[in-house]
Amino acid sequence: MSAVIAGHDEQHGHGPEKGILRWIVTTNHKDIGTLYLVTALAMFFVGGAMALVIRAELFEPGLQFVEPQFFNSMVTMHALVMVFGAVMPAFVGLANWMIPVMIGAPDMALPRMNNMSFWMLIAGLLMISSTLFMEGGAPAAGWTFYPPLVLQTGNALPFAVFAVHLLGISSIMGAINIIATIFNMRAPGMTLMKMPLFVWTWMITAFLLIAIMPVFAGAVTMLLTDRFFDTSFFDAAGGGDPVLYQHIFWFFGHPEVYVMILPTFGIASTIIPTFARKPLFGYTSMVYATASIAFLSFIVWSHHMFTVGMPVAGELYFMYATMLIAIPTGVKVFNWTATMWKGSMTFEAPMLFCIAFVVLFTMGGFTGLMMAIAPADFQYHDTYFIVAHFHYTLVPASIFILMAATYYWLPKWTGNMYDERLAKLHFWLSAVSVNILFFPQHFLGLAGMPRRIPDYAVQFADWNMISSIGAFIFGFSQLLFLYIVIKTIRGGTGEKVTAEVWEDARKHSLEWTLPSPLPYHTFSTPPTKIPTEHLGGH
Amino acid sequence: MGQDIYGQKKEKYYVDGIHTHNYRHRDLHFCCYHGGFGMTQLPVKKNRSLVIKLAAIAVGMFGFGYALVPLYNVFCQVTGINGKTNTVAAANLDYAVNKDREVTVEFITSLNKTTPMEFTAETKKLRVHPGEFYTVNFFAKNKTDKMLVAQAIPSISPGPAAEYFKKTECFCFSQQTFKPGESKTMPVRFVVNPDLPKRYNTITLSYTFFDITDKSKT
Repeated sequence: MSAVIAGHDEQHGHGPEKGILRWIVTTNHKDIGTLYLVTALAMFFVGGAMALVIRAELFEPGLQFVEPQFFNSMVTMHALVMVFGAVMPAFVGLANWMIPVMIGAPDMALPRMNNMSFWMLIAGLLMISSTLFMEGGAPAAGWTFYPPLVLQTGNALPFAVFAVHLLGISSIMGAINIIATIFNMRAPGMTLMKMPLFVWTWMITAFLLIAIMPVFAGAVTMLLTDRFFDTSFFDAAGGGDPVLYQHIFWFFGHPEVYVMILPTFGIASTIIPTFARKPLFGYTSMVYATASIAFLSFIVWSHHMFTVGMPVAGELYFMYATMLIAIPTGVKVFNWTATMWKGSMTFEAPMLFCIAFVVLFTMGGFTGLMMAIAPADFQYHDTYFIVAHFHYTLVPASIFILMAATYYWLPKWTGNMYDERLAKLHFWLSAVSVNILFFPQHFLGLAGMPRRIPDYAVQFADWNMISSIGAFIFGFSQLLFLYIVIKTIRGGTGEKVTAEVWEDARKHSLEWTLPSPLPYHTFSTPPTKIPTEHLGGH
Repeated sequence: MGQDIYGQKKEKYYVDGIHTHNYRHRDLHFCCYHGGFGMTQLPVKKNRSLVIKLAAIAVGMFGFGYALVPLYNVFCQVTGINGKTNTVAAANLDYAVNKDREVTVEFITSLNKTTPMEFTAETKKLRVHPGEFYTVNFFAKNKTDKMLVAQAIPSISPGPAAEYFKKTECFCFSQQTFKPGESKTMPVRFVVNPDLPKRYNTITLSYTFFDITDKSKT
């Protein structure tokens, strides 16, 4: 029977369609993964350009380059583009590429829905970008869309709301697809507790997305009806309450930040063991820690709004609940460190980015712990300290791990090796400049500089200048990344990589048992041997 | 297999899973290359029921977002933490006056950004005995030459004191219509419930006037 089917597979084993239509109508998980990753990289540069507008304006006090209204638009759009256009699609792209091959499945469970969620993402991104050219400008009230300020947005408001709907539906469909793939498509023997951690963290992330994106969609719909249909959800004049919006938003918003960090954890847990040449320390505890973080993310949202005037009991509850998150997160940091402990480590670019991630993400976590202390948060609230905190948890964490993942898997995808020397240069430029960029913002915030302002008092001038210099070095260093990626796709160093690429990688995960570059169709017949190295025990 | 959260049931799927897996894949090829609608094999059914369940969760969460609105209001009413005070006249208040205790009541007036009015309290601060009725006058003026409809929204700080602060007469109970240039003196009659916990010595009553001329036309 299996021989007959193998023959059948060969018959159908032709490659992708030719021409542009391949990319438009594709239902192949690798093609769709590529589409997501290319989109994410493009939006990373768009959002990065906006960040450089912000840092250029803040290079010195006074108004230099842009109008305050446009500055506020840049702050808002930078966040929306980076969150919904760069980081989230990049992780969905990696999920598309890697989850099927990691669990021994031939494709995603719902290939056509997969194509649809990608093109809805594009529609959403085009719609949100179009607001930049509208009368009244792009949304400028911050990515959190707080009313009543956001209701003063011009023509852009309904477009921003519908863009959020599209992006939300796209994310939900992607999440459903990932869960269906993981539940129904695993190869025989690939039990849940044998899955690579990247698959585990994405499964939990997908559940978070299904639970929170509809809540955000509801919140922005209420904004829409408040503005155009005379409802008063958030309008005090009609008996509503603007603070209610903040509660609904952060019920979405806090799990949302974990949507951007949990897959990061999964990738770090995949790469570090390979280069430490040791099994991951504490696989099971990693799974439970991820699930705990996901659960806790739903019950801590008000720590974003300690200053709205909560009763002391509320402040105390949200303070302690938030601090609890440090425990599972600490377990993870401990496990990564323990994985490296006494390992035969080598320091290729993916590993360098991972080590920087462990160190710098921990710093971002610690400032988060500071902000969890309700009385202390009154000083930090809405200052650059917050900006420094969440950029430490996003840039040298999520973004660095996306870089690490690219260097780690690009040879697998293309069959070509990237230029290690240039990649190391890219790493050192990024790792140094990201600290020049964001570390001074801690000082600015503690000294009282508010976030989202185009001009500032002169005592903040020095650190702002240093931060801006870091920003420009960091921003332009990423062009090097673009160059390395393109060069690798077009042949790289000329060295053809082996199936395994990294020493002993096949012990850790299934993708390394397949040839490089990955064939267009993989695991037509399920794998017979499931790697268990990452589980530790034998 | 003992580690699998699905336990025995999953194992059974795997036993005949070899078959279904191959069939499913062949079918997937068919779909990919020819855009056919032939995906009717067993795993597709499994996918369909899972997708329906997950989509139902998503729809449910959309509803939950809306359910948060009444939940929030009920929660605030029960706990009294958002400083909302009565917006219809309180009736049947019969308190024993406590002459031994004095509480400071402060009055704050503000205008929503675009409201073209003048709005002040004649008294900024009052020492009151719990249980006794007091009247304070507020002054408001329409600064435009057009008709103006405005709604005042009261708020009490600290929030938990709101339920002990009772208004029997207030311009915030209804919309206020101002003729062009008209000014009004509007009384607020209130009493502080003597049960007010000892830890509250000062209550601040704040009014914000919102211009709702456009909304009241429709």
